[in-house]
Amino acid sequence: MAEKIIYMDYQATTPCDRRVLEAMLPYFCEDFGNPASGSHVLGERAEEAVEKARAQVAALIKAASKDDIIFTSGATESNNLAIQGVARFYREKGDRIITSAIEHKCVLEACYALKNEGFDVVVLPVSGNGIVDLDALKKSLNDKTILVSVMAVNNEIGVIQPLDEISAICRSHSVLFHTDAAQAVGKIKIDASQVDLMSISGHKIYGPKGIGALYVRKSPHIKLAPLFFGGGQERGFRSGTLPTPLCVGLGTACEISGWEMTRENERLTEYKDYFMGKILGGLEDVYLNGDRNLRIPGCLNFSFSGIEGEGIMLGMRDVCLSSGSACTSASLESSYVLEALSIDEDLAHSSLRIGLGRFTTFEEVDYVSSKIIEVVNRLRKISPIWSKGG
Amino acid sequence: MKYSKKVMDLYANPKNVGSLDEEDSNVGTSIVGAPSCGDVIKFQIKVDKEGKISDAKFKTFGCGAAIASSALMTNWVRGKTLDQAKEIKNRDVTEYLSLPPIKAHCSVLAEKAIAKAIENYMSKRKE
Repeated sequence: MAEKIIYMDYQATTPCDRRVLEAMLPYFCEDFGNPASGSHVLGERAEEAVEKARAQVAALIKAASKDDIIFTSGATESNNLAIQGVARFYREKGDRIITSAIEHKCVLEACYALKNEGFDVVVLPVSGNGIVDLDALKKSLNDKTILVSVMAVNNEIGVIQPLDEISAICRSHSVLFHTDAAQAVGKIKIDASQVDLMSISGHKIYGPKGIGALYVRKSPHIKLAPLFFGGGQERGFRSGTLPTPLCVGLGTACEISGWEMTRENERLTEYKDYFMGKILGGLEDVYLNGDRNLRIPGCLNFSFSGIEGEGIMLGMRDVCLSSGSACTSASLESSYVLEALSIDEDLAHSSLRIGLGRFTTFEEVDYVSSKIIEVVNRLRKISPIWSKGG
Repeated sequence: MKYSKKVMDLYANPKNVGSLDEEDSNVGTSIVGAPSCGDVIKFQIKVDKEGKISDAKFKTFGCGAAIASSALMTNWVRGKTLDQAKEIKNRDVTEYLSLPPIKAHCSVLAEKAIAKAIENYMSKRKE
């Protein structure tokens, strides 16, 4: 019998929904026109498709206008454009940028690059359950602060950040607020009115890879220095011919996520509770990383005392999981996110991220949770630092 | 991580897992690595009257490569004299297991484990 692969790494990426793919297909070979070619019918069709997609993205995040949405190549570009774009445009106003210790690498690296150029970058600490320290945020805001960038949902531990409160703090200081919502859009209700800039990813919500969006509020107007120069597409913020099929894919993915969010969350919450109950009830010394309640249901992160994360994954090659985030799983360092939560380094090496999503079944949840218990017990027997139970 | 079949076999069915009596004067014990680095190997050898390693046991906290490297080391040192065991180098382990370069440190740790276990045994003999 051929080995069946079980996918539980939905924070790394998601499969493209077939409904999304179907919507994209006409725009590769038939309606292939350049959306900027307004002078002929194929250009018009492409433009129509792209603008419909823009409206679908805008609707999901309740943006005031579809023109608030800029298409990009993905969340990494969106984050870079937001952070570097604001920093360069508003430099005369100030040079302080505030972010958090558990941001995705692309946010942190974009900030560090600015730091090398002389910007004053403040990295906020987080509490032991993974929530950004709001007192530290308040203390860090000064009259030189131009931007606060805090993610909506963390990619490793699934914790939801208090955007409302961060937003209120930023507004009271008239500071722009950007959120990397790559793991949040389509998973939780998120409202563009809470932020000034928001990054969105296509492939995290069953859309294609290579497309994302940046919400840049148009009224009152926010300006950005572009990263790319060229034909002035996307309000001049992002030159380059729009990839019509990918834009359509992102728009369709956003629309489907909007339709199915509530039901999907109910189902995933049931799976998460079952999974968590089984793991925490079936094994000693297992810790859930990140807040127990303030989290999306599709992401669980556990530390299993006495054994190493990769060792567990090797014992279940038919299951796709992650120890650490996908970006760092090829390196040997333990997760900087878990480190920021002040989790012991040996427990950080013992962590496993389980990602549940649209195509996860109860049978898979049951099988994988049992398999984890079996492998953990086996590896603990050969571990020199696990002493309990002989 | 893509591992060779040899690594997978040693990981799935490791021989010589366990412990020997640390107090026994014929037993040498080492613990190398640190939990905070993600790898710990406990390695033990028992030496017979002819100076040959008659038994070897290990316990490992770590990735598949660390488990396989230490399991392989216990297989290899059995029946060897201490001098012969010292001849086993980390690159022998890396080559045999076809370890990816990022995992070479696991074989270094396995080499260190046998060296330290021999050292521990020798120090007991001097007493």
